[in-house]
Parts: sequence; structure tokens; C-alpha cells
Amino acid sequence: MPLSRAFGLPLLAVVGLLLSFGPPNAAQAQVFNPESGVLDNGLQVVVVTNRRAPVVTHMLWYKVGSADEPLGKSGIAHYLEHLMFKGTENLGEGEFSEIIARNGGRENAFTSFDYTGYFQIVASDRLALMMEHEADRMANLVLTDEVTLPERDVILEERSTRIDNQPGGQLGEMSRASLFVHHPYGRPIIGWRSEMEQLSTQDALDFYETWYAPNNAVLIVAGDVSFDEVMELAEKTYGKIPARDVPERNRVVEPPHWAPQRVSLSSDQVGQPSFSISYHAPSYNLDPEGQAYALEVLSEILTGNTGLFYDELVRDQKLAVAAGAYYSGDSLDLGTFGVYASPVAGVDIETLEEATRALIDRVVAEGIPAEELEKAKRRLTDSAVFARDDASTAARVFGQALTSGLTIEDVEDWPNRIEAVSLEDVNAAARAVFSDSTGSVTAVLLRADDERS
Amino acid sequence: MQTLFALLVAGRRSFRLAIPTVLLAVVLALPATAAEVKRVVSPGGIEAWLVEDNSNPLISVEIGFRGGAVLDPDGREGTASMTAALLDEGAGELDSVTFQEELNDRSISLRFSAGYDRFGASLRFLTRERDRAFELLRLALTDARFDEEAVERIRGQMQASARRRAQDPSSIAWTALGRLVQGEHPYGRSARGTESTLAAVTADDMRAFVKDSIARDRMFIGVAGDITAEELGPLLDETFGDLPATGSATVIPETSPRSEGGLAIIERPVPQSIAVMAQPGITRDDPDYYTAFALNYVLGGGSFASRLMQEVREERGLAYSVYSALSPRDEGGLIVASVGTRNDGVAESIDIMRDEWRRFAEEGPTAEELADAKTFLTGSFPLRLDSLRGIAGMLLGMQMEDLGIDYIDRRNDYIEAITLEEAKRVAKRLFDDGQLSIVVVGQPEGLTATLDAPSGS
Repeated sequence: MPLSRAFGLPLLAVVGLLLSFGPPNAAQAQVFNPESGVLDNGLQVVVVTNRRAPVVTHMLWYKVGSADEPLGKSGIAHYLEHLMFKGTENLGEGEFSEIIARNGGRENAFTSFDYTGYFQIVASDRLALMMEHEADRMANLVLTDEVTLPERDVILEERSTRIDNQPGGQLGEMSRASLFVHHPYGRPIIGWRSEMEQLSTQDALDFYETWYAPNNAVLIVAGDVSFDEVMELAEKTYGKIPARDVPERNRVVEPPHWAPQRVSLSSDQVGQPSFSISYHAPSYNLDPEGQAYALEVLSEILTGNTGLFYDELVRDQKLAVAAGAYYSGDSLDLGTFGVYASPVAGVDIETLEEATRALIDRVVAEGIPAEELEKAKRRLTDSAVFARDDASTAARVFGQALTSGLTIEDVEDWPNRIEAVSLEDVNAAARAVFSDSTGSVTAVLLRADDERS
Repeated sequence: MQTLFALLVAGRRSFRLAIPTVLLAVVLALPATAAEVKRVVSPGGIEAWLVEDNSNPLISVEIGFRGGAVLDPDGREGTASMTAALLDEGAGELDSVTFQEELNDRSISLRFSAGYDRFGASLRFLTRERDRAFELLRLALTDARFDEEAVERIRGQMQASARRRAQDPSSIAWTALGRLVQGEHPYGRSARGTESTLAAVTADDMRAFVKDSIARDRMFIGVAGDITAEELGPLLDETFGDLPATGSATVIPETSPRSEGGLAIIERPVPQSIAVMAQPGITRDDPDYYTAFALNYVLGGGSFASRLMQEVREERGLAYSVYSALSPRDEGGLIVASVGTRNDGVAESIDIMRDEWRRFAEEGPTAEELADAKTFLTGSFPLRLDSLRGIAGMLLGMQMEDLGIDYIDRRNDYIEAITLEEAKRVAKRLFDDGQLSIVVVGQPEGLTATLDAPSGS
């Protein structure tokens, strides 16, 4: 299937699917069987042993992301992530990367709204070296204008690549800013250009000193290693760094919206039109009505090659080349639920949008077909076995969960909670999310030709 | 919406702008394991290579057939890709919906793909679905329906993708470069087709592709996971026994990629110019391949220590993404590179890359650079084997590239054996900035085109 998968949600799919797993049956009720502990300085440690290859994934996740940035400093969390490779009191610029490469390791780092993470994948006998240097840059980062200023140009180029060169990226940025008019989830992770251009070395150091502390981090090691080995190494490395006061992550609350919003962008650079409707939704962490698990099942039923949206809009009505839904519930604060579709050549976007809204109305009015519930739940629980195939998936799942307000138990018990979802739960969740018409944002991407015609 | 969440995670190191599908076929990934590789030959004589691993109730199967988009009829480019998209859209008694629902309800992942030189199938399933998974694969390979509804639906989807690529700066650049460097050779065409060539593909074209190309004489199979050699043997006969023993002769024309150099500009109103470049390269079976592989790592092959990364990004902040890569093909091969820089800086980026290219040819790597490359390339080899799919894919690659069943044990020896002297010789042999054809898409400042952009771009 070429388009339906490729069309959807490249990064979201990865992030969202991280929580979409579960074991084959409820009796086992364990997904990864991790072991965990806490160092005296507050660093949480999670170990998932997997002996397939003599390799470990070593990840350090900080409980801070772009949504924690001071006003006017958008992009600083991501900028700091880049600058964490610039050296410490003990190592020169890029030297940690050189050490990793010389030891046959791979590394990366990433920033999201709620977390910032760093990882290396290396032969298991090199784990101590990784921990030594990751701990070093938790405490001893050194930054000067000489290294920070060229890197600021790099993140500006990164912004051009992701957003400024891409009409779809531009529209996504506006859509998100509309869905969150007050909450910092409305700010792009990479930052607004005008603010990025002003970010300083001191801004990065301030952010680092405020948030980067052992008691605000989670260490996850997955692969060919035991819990005791990891704890011993962690004590010797991270354990030397004293705990510090870290601010509460008190985010402002998104107010109820009085009016639905619509953002539309037409450009000669658009080759294929598309649209989406985004809604506020509970997250796993903020879920007063207990609907997160039902929303996970709902999105599973609505999306994919045999999902309701594809069946109706692509196969039956022949209006769309792609159509689906997603649930993004893995955030500290409000989550999102969305639907999307892209028209067949010759079908205008209004017609497709109308049909999509009619389908949403039908889901709300009639509920989802009962026979789809058990199938969807089985697919979700089956995916647990696939999630165990490589060690780094476990590390990413726990990192994301533990920096977004969830616990190890939430992850391990996830399949049981999916199993417990009833048809009425799914239908109630669908009604709740889709009925918030004033909170929704419709984003329309058009070819310049389409708009002129 | 693919756009909405493009920024959820802004990683520091996703520095490949886009996979340059037109030029860069699969640069073979070659992992390492202590696992034993078994050669399984079925009672009917069908061979597969297997790594048994029962740590999870999972099985991964990777299959390759020689031949792919390179065989697409002229004017109907995209035939192999469209075939790949339709094999799982109904087969035997099962129509599209039934087939897809069964895959989904059983959590069986079955995907087909078409590169220039290879048609692939990738199958992944839980042990409990083993027999049905192989049966659905058999149906797809031997009895695909190509129902009109499915053909038109998939055509529409692929054309939508083609329209999107036609406006994407990076896709525009790679497509034009492929045409420029490969000329009329099939490698210069789009493997996924264009809106108009996809319109011309018929169900009969796809049936002909299957008949000519899905045959046992060009098939290779890698299997990893919760299955024994004894269990696999009979399944091979049941699944592949009905395939024709031989397909039609497939001769890929010889290539002579452009080596005259030059620069073409395609104007697009974007703030960041995308520059892509290529020169003639090396085939996988060339005796200098491993040396070239290590050399590319030093020049721009992925680490932050690479020369292109250091000079263009780290020192000057000119780019987020800058890299070089080997793009080996069955016939010929290319060395490619790419950078994305703001319009008023792209000329400087290209100058630096050309200078590094020239310096590399003249001096080769330093002893330290070569030593670092060797420790990375040997040390990272096992990382590729931490999933069943990685293992099965390697078993397939080992067969298709004729590397030998003990390749996993020997591979690092090839890397270790590279000497500095040899590295310098091969650098001089391969890298020539005068041979670089360059295509820039954007509004570059301070650059003068010496070539016309290929027609159709």
C-alpha cells in the first residue's frame, strides 16, 4: 500500500505507536518486564534486559521540553540539545561524538514538547564509557559564542528544511498555533524564527542550569546488561552529581475555545491538496474522564487500510486517496485527536471535507461497528510482541512515558487497560472528542491552481 | 496530516534531507551476529538462509527478485512499483478488502517494494499465524487479481504521491540529477513513475511484470525468527513451488554516468536551496568496494566527524544536513552528495564541498581518520542485527550480493585489511570534483548555471 501509510503521520506514527503495544494475553500483563531503581540524587533508572545481540541502548531523558521554555525564548530547548554536543570541562567540542564513533556506537538526540533525550547504541562492554560522558555533560557543559553562534545558524537551516521550505510544514505550524492559543504546545518545538535568531549562549546556559539535573532525568538502559550492572555503573557516574532544585512544570491551561478555527494555505509549491481536523483530547496523563484508552482503540478502528475512514472515503465513496485518524495521547498536558484526508484528482476539497464531516457525524450518532472492537483490541495487544523485537523500542517507550507523567506500571498494564475498553467507552470517547466543535481546527492545504479555479 | 506533526520531535541528527530514491538504491546494510546461518534447501530444491531465534514468537521473512524498475517499459515508468502496491490488493478468491482485512486481523505485515534492480517482499508475523502468512504470500506472488477497482485506487494514490514529489524541492533536485547523470538509461527514470507514466500502466503490464520477474531463478530468501529448518523446508515448497522456474531474460543496459561535471539551476521560490551532486562511482562487486565504503565514511558518510559535516556545518553553520553516499547499482554506481543551505550561502557550501572533494582525491584520508573509520565500521556492525527484520534483510543481501554464507564472520576482516596506501590510491581513483554534476533547486545567489536542467524538471 503506497500512500495510505506514507501519507499519514511520519513522526507521530513513531511516537504514537510507542504506546500502542501490549502483550498477547492479559494473564501475562507485562510488556517489557523492566527493573527499576532510584539513585540517592533522585535519578530514576530503568533497565530492560534483552540478550539477543551484545548491544545496549543507553538513553538519558530530561523532563523538560519546548513547552517549558520562557516566553520569548522559543526554540531554546532544542538549541540546547544541539549545544550539548559542544564539549565540557573534560572534553572538547565534538569529542564525545568522536569517542562514540571510534567505539562503533551510534548516537542521536531529540527534543519534543515535554522531553529532551540523548542516546547511544553501543556494544554492551562500552556502556560504562557512555555513562561516564553522558553524566559529564549533565553537570559540566561548557559553552562559548565561538561554538554557539555557528550552531544557531544550523538550527535556522533546520527550520528552513522542516518548515520554511515546506508549505505543509508552514500550515502545520499555523494549525498547531490555532489549536493551542495559550498553552505552550502551540509554539513550534524548533522555535519562531525571530526568537531563534536572538537566542544567546547565556539563554542556553540558563535553561541548562534550570532543568538539567539528575532529579529531573530518567536513565534507561535496554539490551545485553543486567539491572545490577547498570545500577553499579550509574552510582559511579551519575551518582556523583548532586540533586538540585528544579522548578515545577506549571504550564498555563488552554482555555475553552469560543469558535472553531480554520487555517488555509495555497501555494504553487503544493502538489497534492489535503486537509485535517484537529481536536483537543485527554492525554494518558490528563484524563479526568478516563477516555485515553478508548481513544487509542477508536483511532485504531478509524485508521489504516481497513479502517473506517479508508473504507468509506477511499474505497466506497472514491473521494480520497488517503484518509485516517490519529490519537496523540502521550503528552504531559492536553492531547490531540485528528482526522485527515487527501482528495482524488478531480474531487474538490470541499466535497471531501463535507463527506468527512458526515462520516464523523455518523460515528458520533451511530457509534462504531461492534465487530471492529475486538479486532482492534487484538491488533493493539499483538503489537506488544513486535515491540519486544528490538531493545531500543522499550527504551523509547519508557522514556516517553516517564517524562510525560506516566509510570512504569502504566506501560506494563497498558494491554490490560486496552482489553478493558468497551464498545460504550469507545463511543462515549468519540462523542466527547468530536462534539467539541468550537475547539477544533481545520487545516487546508491547497494548490494555487485549485484556489484560482 | 503528515505536515501537522513534522515538528513533534526535532532531532539534532536527522541530517538526511530526504532519501534520494532516484539515485540512491539500498546501500546494503551488513550486520554481525554470533547466530548461526543455516542454508535450508526444501525437498523441491528451493533455498533459503535462516537464523533461528525463538526469543519472541515472531518470524521475519525477506525475499528479493533480481530486476525491478529498470525493466519498466518506456513511457510506463512506475510499472514495477505499481505492481508492488497491488500484489496485496486481492489474490486468488480473496478480493482487496478480504485480503487486507485478513492481514490486519491476523497482525500480518506483508509489503512489496520495487527498487531499480530488485523487487522485494517483506513478511513479518506472529508464530501462531505462520501457515496462513506463508499462504497469503503465496497467493499474492502467484495469483494476484489486479481487479479494476484496486488498480484505479492504487493508481490514484501513486499519482497523488507523484504530484507531491513534483513540487518538493529535494525530490525535484534528485529527479533532475538522475536524468542529468544517467541520461536515457533506465536508472535516469523515476522508479516510482510520474503522473503521466502511471496513467499509462495497465493491468496487463503488471501481469507481464509478474510473469517475467517473479520466478525462482532470480529469487533469494532470508528468514529469521521462531522457526526451525525442518519447519521451513516444506513451507518453501508450498509457498514458492508454484512460481515459474525461470522468468524472461533481464539484461540491464550498461551505463556510463555523466562525468563531464557542470551545474544546473532549477528556480523555485524557497528560502533554502537544495544542492545535490553525483559523479561516477563503484559497483558492489568491485575489489575496491570496502575501501570506497570506508572512504565515504570519512568524507561525508554519516558521522559528525566527517569532513563535509565539519567544514560545512560545524565550522560555518551553513547547513543542517550535508552528506555524501555511495550508491552502488548492479550496473555502474554513483557517489552522491547533498546539502541544504540558505539561498545566499549555498554557493559557499558547494565551493567547500568541491574543495573537500578535491583535497580528498589528492591526499586521501589521514592515518587517524582511516583508523577511526575502521573502528566505527567494524564496531557498529553488530548493531544492525538487533531485530529479526535486520537479520532477515542481511541474509537476503548476502545472497543477492553473493557475499557467502560466512560473510558475517568475514566482513570485518575486509574493513580491517584496508591500508592507508590503498585508501589513498582508491581516493585518487574514485573522487574527482571535476566529474561532479550538480543540480540546485531554489533561488541560489552567486551561482551560474553551466548546464540546462533536464527537460521535464
